[in-house]
Amino acid sequence: MQNINASSSKIASMNKLLEYPFDIGTLMRKRRALRTELSGRPTAIDVRIALLGGSTTNELKDFLELFLLDNGIRPVFYESQYNKYEEDVLVDDGLLRSFAPQIAVVHTTWVNARLPDPLAPEVEVDARLSAELARFEAIWTKLIDDLGCTVIQNNFDIPLERSMGGLDASRRDGRASFLCHLNLEFARASQRLPRLIINDIAHQSAVVGLDRWHEKRHWFSYKLAVSPTGTVTLAHSIAAIVRAVYGKTRKCLVLDLDNTLWGGVIGDDGVNGLRLGNETPEAEAFTAIQLYCLELKRRGVLLAVCSKNDPKIAQEGFSHPDSILSLEDFSAFKAGWGQKDEAIIEISHELNIGLDSLVFLDDNPAERELVATRLPMVAVPNIGSDPSNFVEILDRQLYFEPLDISAEDLKRASYYASNTQRNLVQASYGNYGEFLDSLEMKAEIRPFAPVYMDRIAQLTNKTNQFNLTTRRYTLGELEAMRCDPRYLTLYGRLADKFGDNGLVSVVVGRIEPDELHIDLWLMSCRVLKRELEIAMLDKLVKQARERGIKWIQGAYLPTPKNGLVADHYEKLGFELLNSNEQGSEWKLDVLAYTPKNTHISEDNNE
Amino acid sequence: MNEILDRLQPIFREVLENDDLVITEMSSAKNIENWDSLAHINLVSVIEQEFKIRFALGELETLNNVGDMIELMKKKMKR
Repeated sequence: MQNINASSSKIASMNKLLEYPFDIGTLMRKRRALRTELSGRPTAIDVRIALLGGSTTNELKDFLELFLLDNGIRPVFYESQYNKYEEDVLVDDGLLRSFAPQIAVVHTTWVNARLPDPLAPEVEVDARLSAELARFEAIWTKLIDDLGCTVIQNNFDIPLERSMGGLDASRRDGRASFLCHLNLEFARASQRLPRLIINDIAHQSAVVGLDRWHEKRHWFSYKLAVSPTGTVTLAHSIAAIVRAVYGKTRKCLVLDLDNTLWGGVIGDDGVNGLRLGNETPEAEAFTAIQLYCLELKRRGVLLAVCSKNDPKIAQEGFSHPDSILSLEDFSAFKAGWGQKDEAIIEISHELNIGLDSLVFLDDNPAERELVATRLPMVAVPNIGSDPSNFVEILDRQLYFEPLDISAEDLKRASYYASNTQRNLVQASYGNYGEFLDSLEMKAEIRPFAPVYMDRIAQLTNKTNQFNLTTRRYTLGELEAMRCDPRYLTLYGRLADKFGDNGLVSVVVGRIEPDELHIDLWLMSCRVLKRELEIAMLDKLVKQARERGIKWIQGAYLPTPKNGLVADHYEKLGFELLNSNEQGSEWKLDVLAYTPKNTHISEDNNE
Repeated sequence: MNEILDRLQPIFREVLENDDLVITEMSSAKNIENWDSLAHINLVSVIEQEFKIRFALGELETLNNVGDMIELMKKKMKR
């Protein structure tokens, strides 16, 4: 194993503090040092966050900052005055507006809910429920529609004490019952309002334990509605949501096999000797792990295998009658005798996703250490060696926190499966153009349409490699561009004979009388080298011409990840205007341009 | 007395992120940099964990300096 110098191992051990299970004592002691350490690291995104609190928000702000910095996000905060979350939003004194939050966190807890009087008649309870929902809806509408932010709203925890005993949960006027109904209403609202995201503190408080979540002393002394201990879990969850808003959710779970996905060593024990199924506690634990992985895969997380095994023998494991997972569930399968860090790099290349999109699960601490040291971008949770804890430890890291589950997510694994077929076909063609023709590609390239806005925002915020400017926009900002005649917007969908790739490219240009400035040009690596970018340019030029635009100007802003498109404009026939270490600027004569796409037919059924 | 002060020393240094900080019985939030309300909550939480004690509501408000705090801690640790 390579040398680990003292400072990198210090950083690694500091970072473990921000992983579940949290060592609250050490985290409290080291939080300032941790902040100093993390602040010195490069970050990719700056985010303006308004913390609108129904109780003191200092602790939340502090821990949220740590978790965000750890994920390459540098937050700038606006904090409402104590318990002024409602007034700050609804009474517009210009302060919140001038801060221009991209994300608003409404940090309310049960102490902020206007509860019905105990023993109140049912009609009163119902009226109170509607009134509370309406009160919060007014806040959300203002934040979303007027201030253009994405809202992260806590649902409600429940009080520790119950003056009506168990009836508190079952009578309509009971507090736990009322809060539970309100939570359901919040959940429904989040289905109606795509930019309202619920942070589930009902779950977080249960995970922490209500008696540790509520510390009355801290409430009476400092007006902290959630204890410092609870706040760590709360901040971790909000950070995971913010990460998801900016497309930094991880995408692929890389799994070891022996004693991780099944009990036993297949090379020694054979398929029939593996512990899977429900015959023994150990077998049940491994079956539960497989089931959890399958659920992840079904909602769009990619699965990959990275195992030290003979490839043929490794694959046999999935023929075990009690194996929940089958070979088809994996988008990449690496079994061999080489080092795991190398296999993981291959997986990242094969799937065209960055190392920072991967999570590596292995029961062997030496393999975990190797991968964590060599590939610090890869998340390597310390799952220990007891298989009954693997799912919990993986689940609680919130690596795969989704904002919603789109049609796109449900089909993701099949896109990658078709890619494997495409690669096979490509190998049989000598001429690349012939190969492209054989794919029978059809594209749909049109201005942004309401139905695709969620996907456009998702793609805009998570694409790192084929991305000329890596500018991030919220759904609200993209929506505004769609409706603004000063912008020219295009999305591209691509299908071929192996299947539909879905919406994979986005271009946004800003019109300045006779010039079009391309603010955004990005494409999913799923469709790399298919010449979709050429078809996109043809369409862009056509639309520019119709608007009397004479020049198209584009910029390449380099990042550690987008070297792939450094020569994008050059390849498309743009002329170089200037270039330095900050990037390069390019120009195209609209009138002199002739369409170049020959391999993709355009679907023009409007 | 000194033994508790010796154990508090590294805690204060770490929580207030000041490696050169030297606390005495006379130290208080008034004469120590960074000892703000957030740091205070932090200090109390860490001390409670470290010494396995719990301060009751209002107990800390009556203290004037670290010396008073050590006296209170001594009483709690005897119990």
